[in-house]
Amino acid sequence: MALIELTGIERVFQLGDSEVHALTALDLSIGAGEYVAVMGPSGSGKSTLLNLLGLLDRPNAGTYRLEGRDVTTLSPDEQARVRSERIGFVFQSFHLVPRLTAAENIALPMTLAGIPVKERNVRVARALSGFGLENRADHRPDQLSGGQRQRVAIARATIMQPALILADEPTGNLDRHTGEEVVNLLEALNASGVTLVVVTHDQAMGARARRQLVMEDGRLKHDSGQPAHAPA
Amino acid sequence: MRLPDILRFARDAATGYPMRTTLSVLAMSIGVAAVVILTALGDGARRYVVGQFSSIGTNLVIVLPGRSGTGGFNPANAITTTPRDLTVDDAAALHRASAVSRLAPLTVGTSEISFGGRLREIIVAGSTSDFIPIRNFEVAQGRGLPEEDWNRGSSVAVIGSKIREELFGNEPAVGQLIRVGDRRLRIVGVLKPVGQGLGMNTDELVIVPVSLAQAMFNSNTLFRILVEAKSREAIPEAKEQVMEILKQRHRGEEDVTVITQDAVLATFDKLLGALTLGVAGIAAISLAVAGILVMNVMLVAVTQRTGEIGLLKALGATARTIRLAFLAEAAMLSTVGAVVGYLLGQLGAFGLRQAFPVFPAYPPDWAVIAGLSTALITGLLFGVMPARRAARLDPVQALMKH
Ligand SMILES: Nc1ncnc2c1ncn2[C@@H]1O[C@H](COP(=O)(O)OP(=O)(O)O)[C@@H](O)[C@H]1O
Ligand SMILES: [Mg+2]
Repeated sequence: MALIELTGIERVFQLGDSEVHALTALDLSIGAGEYVAVMGPSGSGKSTLLNLLGLLDRPNAGTYRLEGRDVTTLSPDEQARVRSERIGFVFQSFHLVPRLTAAENIALPMTLAGIPVKERNVRVARALSGFGLENRADHRPDQLSGGQRQRVAIARATIMQPALILADEPTGNLDRHTGEEVVNLLEALNASGVTLVVVTHDQAMGARARRQLVMEDGRLKHDSGQPAHAPA
Repeated sequence: MRLPDILRFARDAATGYPMRTTLSVLAMSIGVAAVVILTALGDGARRYVVGQFSSIGTNLVIVLPGRSGTGGFNPANAITTTPRDLTVDDAAALHRASAVSRLAPLTVGTSEISFGGRLREIIVAGSTSDFIPIRNFEVAQGRGLPEEDWNRGSSVAVIGSKIREELFGNEPAVGQLIRVGDRRLRIVGVLKPVGQGLGMNTDELVIVPVSLAQAMFNSNTLFRILVEAKSREAIPEAKEQVMEILKQRHRGEEDVTVITQDAVLATFDKLLGALTLGVAGIAAISLAVAGILVMNVMLVAVTQRTGEIGLLKALGATARTIRLAFLAEAAMLSTVGAVVGYLLGQLGAFGLRQAFPVFPAYPPDWAVIAGLSTALITGLLFGVMPARRAARLDPVQALMKH
């Protein structure tokens, strides 16, 4: 069974009098544990697709099955729960809370989920050492380098042990070397079984993924992993 | 999200923007402090006046010559327009009233006192032996006026403490002969100092027998008759009886006014109570203004933290969690503001009491409770709108604002 199954997805934005078809007739299936790069020109609908996958947005038509369950019809609270437990986000601009320390930022998803402090502390300590941030636990985001910030963001995205990590141009704000490190981290996570969907402009980085999706004008123009036969 | 976490999150958010937070806390605290200080002033005034009125005597019924404006049309009054004067005999007749325990006629005028070449202006009160106890005055040296026939006053006087001091210094005053107007009087007693009270300053008073005073001022009318009822419950009855007796003596005309201390007290109590309520109301407006300020601050916070709200949603926060976090922040701002304002207000009231020791400037409990709860409620109410706005934000749009 596929982790993600999109069928007939449409996403239309109303811009004044005109309609923008950000996603059109999109069918897509992603299996558990896959490593997928989403590429394509700017405005082709990559972010819109990722937002839909992350349940931050709803399609105008079509169905989205996540782990076999139709999640488009869930209530906002149920969707929040799915985001909390199954999905981790990594953003281009890191999106750390400026007044919270690195440790507090990493703990934030657990805090929101109501996990007890003790458990939180154990998991945060593990994450800090896992991402090489032991000495940065009490630093605020403005005291961290870009690479460190993105590492904090990745630690935060994984702290709830999600099945799916969605990264929208995670290296867009980083230099080549630091970007490399971040990609390595994400790939290591994928190697441990987490499904990884990365939006990227970078051809080289896209090429590292086992499967490439190329978007154009809201349509899926190319899918390197499209199996000739339907997946089991 | 657990409650302690929500509170901590709200606290960090509030302290993360010190300027904003300080401003709204300040506004709220000024509002609460205003309520506390203004009601302390209002209620202090009420207590002060009531206290002063209570000190002029207990269960007092006071008779004034002349009809007061209230009351229905009386044909008897329509015929004779000039009211009869009150006389000493009128006062004496009031002994018949069963609800009256004791009474004293009172006539008042100004004169000069002289002793050993020293001369000064004084107020002369002409009355009888019961005047001093009825008015709750106390005699420091000697005795009060003698019990005697009201129409044949002996040539004696009781003087106030300040007069004694000025005329006699350290020498004994009791037994000395003084001159008041054209009379030579022997001092039989000196009053204890009481200071400035409502009405006359007893420290500069000379009390003489009523008939003597009337002779001095060449008049046979009275300024007042002070009547003491047997008990608090007997006050209305005493008033009734006094009115009835004087009406009989004045050929059926109700040409006197009888007021009770209770009624005067109640009137002042009500008046000043209303005043306090009024200033509390005005102060409450500043609380509402503070509430609106808190709302604006929270709206700004929502705008400022739009990206953060989007992030929280992406990380799995429900709308309820976000609402609670922002409400908690608004509640915190107004709670801290209310507490700071309460302390400031109490400090202000304390300062007032230090500056004016006779003035009991204590804020009434109801005002403190009302002020604090208004602050909290307006803070919460005005926090609801921004909190809901935050919870309703579209996560995708919100995330783009970063
Ligand atoms: N909220 C929105 N309102 C209107 N149009 C939007 C909105 N979000 C995206 N779009 C439009 O949808 C299209 C796809 O956008 P997006 O998914 O952000 O592209 P990409 O991430 O590939 O650059 C673009 O034409 C964009 O202008
Ligand atoms: Mg994009």
